[in-house]
Amino acid sequence: MIKHFLRLEWKQYFRSSYWEKGLALKIIMGFFALYMMLSFLSLGIFSFFIIKKTVPDSDPLQVVNSFLLFAIIGDLIFRYIMQKLPVMNIKPLLILPIKKTKLVHYVLGKSVFSAFNIFSLFFYIPFSVVLINEGYDVNGVLGWLFTMILLTQCGNFTNFIINKNNIAFWALAIVLVGTIALQYYDIYDVTVLSQSIFDGLVVNPIFVITPLVLLIILYIINFKILKGQLYLDDAVKQKVKEANTADLSWANRFGEMAPFIKNEIRLIWRNKRTKTVFLMSFLFVMYGLIFFPQKTYQEMPAMLVFASLFVTGGFVLNYGQFIPAWESAYYKMLMSQNLSYRKYLDSKWFLMSIMTVVLFILATPYIYFGLDKYLMIAAGTLFNVGFNTLVLLYAGSFNRKQIDLNASGFGNTQGTSAKQFIVIIPVMLLPVGVFYAVYFFLGLNAGLITIAALGLIGLVSRNYFMNLITQKYIRDKYAVIHAFNQKA
Amino acid sequence: MIQSKNISKKYGKTEVLNIDSLEIPKGQGFGLVGNNGAGKTTYFNILLDLIRPTTGTITNNNVVVNESEAWKTFTGSFIDETFLIGYLTPEEYFDFIGDLRGMNKADVQSFLAQFEEFFGGEVLGKKKYLRDLSKGNQKKAGIIAAMMGNPQVVILDEPFANLDPTTQIRLKKILKTLTEDREITVLVSSHDLSHVTEVCERIVVLDKGIVVKDIQTSAETLEELESYFSV
Repeated sequence: MIKHFLRLEWKQYFRSSYWEKGLALKIIMGFFALYMMLSFLSLGIFSFFIIKKTVPDSDPLQVVNSFLLFAIIGDLIFRYIMQKLPVMNIKPLLILPIKKTKLVHYVLGKSVFSAFNIFSLFFYIPFSVVLINEGYDVNGVLGWLFTMILLTQCGNFTNFIINKNNIAFWALAIVLVGTIALQYYDIYDVTVLSQSIFDGLVVNPIFVITPLVLLIILYIINFKILKGQLYLDDAVKQKVKEANTADLSWANRFGEMAPFIKNEIRLIWRNKRTKTVFLMSFLFVMYGLIFFPQKTYQEMPAMLVFASLFVTGGFVLNYGQFIPAWESAYYKMLMSQNLSYRKYLDSKWFLMSIMTVVLFILATPYIYFGLDKYLMIAAGTLFNVGFNTLVLLYAGSFNRKQIDLNASGFGNTQGTSAKQFIVIIPVMLLPVGVFYAVYFFLGLNAGLITIAALGLIGLVSRNYFMNLITQKYIRDKYAVIHAFNQKA
Repeated sequence: MIQSKNISKKYGKTEVLNIDSLEIPKGQGFGLVGNNGAGKTTYFNILLDLIRPTTGTITNNNVVVNESEAWKTFTGSFIDETFLIGYLTPEEYFDFIGDLRGMNKADVQSFLAQFEEFFGGEVLGKKKYLRDLSKGNQKKAGIIAAMMGNPQVVILDEPFANLDPTTQIRLKKILKTLTEDREITVLVSSHDLSHVTEVCERIVVLDKGIVVKDIQTSAETLEELESYFSV
């Protein structure tokens, strides 16, 4: 049976209708994975000697042990954000003579080999080899290594249980921040607790039983949950939410754009991923807090400009990138309607601009960090409204991948292609580059004025560029319709 | 063959299905009729253990469907196109299902050969994935796949929808031969009253989840149904 499943997945992967087009993205992801593996590998090999050198009178294993609790909590948070249950289109299999238990075992078994579980092995295994090489007790080290492997798997299965639960995420985040705070303010030394737990394990490898039992329990819980969900009204079919019909008549003042704007607002608010993007853009406003207070960045205005662009650019960047793929499911229908293409695009431009201005208003407290920072944000806003909206709308005409609006938002790369990476060049790197060049020769104010001017030029000549963009969309209409029809 | 007892399904407060008792004997050609939302697909979904009933049980050949999965070996079904595996070619799909139902490649070949006419040269050997076929051709593949491996029960939801007239006529012929020797129980739901009266010897009408009519098909049945629905 497993042979069948594997063969099906192999075919699904390679027959995905945008497999070849997604190749560039896959290669980039591949390089990223390779990079991660190499980093972990070199950490595994060298950290023993590095620790030995920096803290000479310590036992490197004990040092590592003292931080393991942090690593485990951090791992869980990382998984929560990035890792998803391996999906398999089970619907066609439900009515075939295949035991449900087999399906569940297969899906869970597959997750054991997830990259999230493999990466850490690249650290733990070489580190253990070094330890044994350095004369540590072989049984102790092996017990430690197996515990680490089992704990990684525990993390894997814990994640699936808590993944659908927002409360669990915040609880984890609070635990992590809390332990770091306890540590930082010397209230309670978590490293001592962590170290005593894992040191004990090296002395008594028999304790490896504990994570093993934990893992088995977690597996059984997962199994029960999943098996109970193999029904059309659970896992397969989304729950039907009662439609909330907010009154959007206020949008009527936008004239011919009104129907599009209303639809766009409903699109954003009623779908998971767009809603995440929308809410995330408010988080982006805080981006400046990472850079502005730091002394190191005061001497690097280019970095600050970069941050300023993000402060108000969250919505333009994240939402604008996938125009018009958000509407891929019914793009055909839109195109068969009596709509003015220009008005359709105008409404999107309008929405992005309004959101950027709203975010700019929310960013007002940044004055606290000095007028120069605030001016940076203002210049960034102008650039986002005037320049980036147009670039992203233009780039949108190259979007060829449909997006399933019902899929979750976090870490969802659906609709992503190499194009999404390329577009970073004009929208992020260009303004920073231009600023830096002007700043280098003429100073800060001249640099900011240049960026603002670029935005203004875009605003003034908006009509001209929007016409060009509209023509491009009309030209590509058939290719886009065809591409949006292709499902994964 | 199939006994339903006290079957009900509620979503929140709305009850979409409530059948006290429904017994379908072996070898019967059974038709389920009703307007949209009458509960036809819900009933089939419960019968196939795709959703759980709020109360009651369905027994398929002495197997309680939500307790054991043994019914899967003798039950073939097709609900809609989402039950196809879109990235397979029709041939691969048939091979896959044949494999699960204990048929080897040669068995599958000879089985499919009977239905060459039904496919109308549109399904096999086209070098297309199922997802790229038209709705009607997808349906043809799904219906034939439901009949693979000598099932004792065949369940088809709206089999006539999306099919061209020629194929509808051919499908009626296939369904009639299926129930001919009274070995195979066939359950069909449909909106098309004339098709269903032609194929089925018994017709049950559902309305808002409740059985309102249970008729043995006769010459007057079509008229009776038409007058019932023309309100």
